[in-house]
Parts: sequence; C-alpha cells; structure tokens
Amino acid sequence: MSFFEGTDVWTLGVILGLTLVTLVTRGFFLYSSQEWSLPSWAQRGLQFAPIAAMAAVVLPEIVLVQGQFLTTWMDARWMGAVVGAAVYFWRKNVFYTILAGMLTYLPLHILLAW
Amino acid sequence: MFYKAKNYRHPAFLEGLRDALPQTPGVAAWGLMTGVAMVNSGMNVLESVLMTLMVYAGSSQLAALPLMMAGAPAWVVLATGFCVNLRFVVFSLHMRPYLLHLPRLERVLQGYLTADLSYVLFIRRFTKPGHTLLDKEMQSAFLAGSTCAVWVTWMVASFFGILLVNIIPSAWGLGFAGTLCLVGILCSLATNRLRILTATVAAITAIAAYHLPLKLNIVMAIAVAVVMSMSLERFENKSQGRGA
Repeated sequence: MSFFEGTDVWTLGVILGLTLVTLVTRGFFLYSSQEWSLPSWAQRGLQFAPIAAMAAVVLPEIVLVQGQFLTTWMDARWMGAVVGAAVYFWRKNVFYTILAGMLTYLPLHILLAW
Repeated sequence: MFYKAKNYRHPAFLEGLRDALPQTPGVAAWGLMTGVAMVNSGMNVLESVLMTLMVYAGSSQLAALPLMMAGAPAWVVLATGFCVNLRFVVFSLHMRPYLLHLPRLERVLQGYLTADLSYVLFIRRFTKPGHTLLDKEMQSAFLAGSTCAVWVTWMVASFFGILLVNIIPSAWGLGFAGTLCLVGILCSLATNRLRILTATVAAITAIAAYHLPLKLNIVMAIAVAVVMSMSLERFENKSQGRGA
C-alpha cells in the first residue's frame, strides 16, 4: 500500500473540485441572506435529478461486464442487488441492504465464482 | 456546528447525538466500504484521507471513483458528483428557514456538514422551524449533535477502511458493498411511481449509451430522464385538472 508515492496533481484537483461541489450543493440556498425563490420549473426538475443520477451510475455497474450486457444469469452481482433492494423496502435501512446484499453476493462470488 | 460551545453546551446537543446513535452502524459500514473503495480504485493513502476529510459525501465519492479510474475528464467527474449531490440542493432549500438566524459562514458550514441522515433525522424531529430565537438555537444545537455523531462515525470508519484494505482480499469483491450502498440510496429515493419511472428511463439510457466517450452516458441519462419526467408530470397534472 502506498502512502504518498504516486500522488498526482490531477487526483488532488478532482478531490478539491468535489469538495467545492459538496460545499456548493449542501449550502446552495444558505448563502443568500435575502428572500428569493427558484423558478418553479427548476424546482420540479430538481426533484428528479438525484434519482436519475443514482440509477444512471448504479445500474450499468450491475448489469454490464466490461461494457457488455451479461451473457449469463449466473452472476452474483444482480442477485445481490435484487436482494439488497428488496431488503431496503422491507427494513428501510441501507445497513441491512449492504448486509443482505453481501450475504447473497459473497458465497456465490467466492465459492461458485459467479 | 458541533465545535461551537453555544451548541455543545446546550442540552439539545445530547438529544441530537442520541437520536443519531442507532443509525451509526449503517454509517460505519458505508464509511468503511467507501474507505476500501477509494484505495481499491488506485488512490494512495494521502489522497484517500484527503478525499474523506474534504469531500465528505459518500455517494458522490463512490460515483466519482469508477469515473476517475476510467480516466474520464475532470469536468465529467465533477458534473456527475454535482448531479449525485443535487438532492442536497433541495435539502438546503428545506433547511433555509431553520438556519437563517445564524451568520452566513456558520450557516454554510452547517449545511456542508448536514449529510442525508442528519437532514432526515432533523426534519423528522422538527417538522417546523422554531418561532423564537430560543427555539431556533435549540434546533441548531440538536442538528449540531446529530451531525457530530454522523461525522465522527463516518471519519473513523473511513480511515479504518483505508488502513484495512490490505487485510481484506480484493478477490472477495467487497467493493460490491459500495454498489449496494448506492442501491440502498436509489431505493430510498424511489418514493413514488413517477420517480421509479425516472430511474428506469435513466438506467436504460445509461446502459444503451454506455459506449459514448467521456462517460457522457450518465449526463445524457440524467437529461433524458429529467425532461421526460417533467413532461409526464405536467401531462398528469393537466389530465387530473380536467377531471376535477
């Protein structure tokens, strides 16, 4: 494990950029001390953006292998994800999602190499 | 902010801390896996620690890692992080009347420290902003206690993840826990039929456009899904209006 070697300016720049992204998004409506409101079309659009972003990032990670659609149903990842999602709707807690998903995924992945 | 004496000496600070305590195992598991995922994506310890301390947003960190690994341009990484974080923009709008009595710098820092869980716990406890300054100070102290518990748990767990990564063999595929975290958040956002449709459209678009360069499939999926959901919502509202 390398502690400092290989530190590159690009990565540090991206980390700084993501920090600004956190500061800007979490504080978005807290900067101004004046009374003002967002146009209603933007407010409506905003409520769909988070789930769209999440789905766009997560789903390809689950059903694609190196850019190709799964060619077999014997893949531990989609099974783990389905179990994890089901458990989320049951317990409403991300912790149980991770736990149940990993308990499904790990045996299949390690023992059967799915 | 939890380092302000005015907050941590207030009895509501402890109340906020206790309120967040049962959630800390979930935060810890997620923080641990985010720590592991950062090192597994090729970042060294210094970079991983800096990312943990500064970015302090698990979902945008986890979303950024595969893009950084794939060598996507910086603006695509930041735009993706921004989109994943857009829910915080909505949260900050909700939090504004609760925090407006604080000076700007304190307000913005408290916003920066208020992650998903603290926001949900705070709004659950206080459905309306306080009327008097005393009420508002009590609410701020509660929020400070809640964010303190989440922040400390997250940081400690992430550092453990960064340091334990060598003990945890990568062949086990524990990084999948990061994907499962995102699955959990995705499910928590799927609160109505229209949003489930939004997620479906975004997923199909992102998969269909996967071979676009620069990971543009994600930006494209968000644009397509948001525009479609907005039009559908407008159409639904119109047809409901006619029926009434």
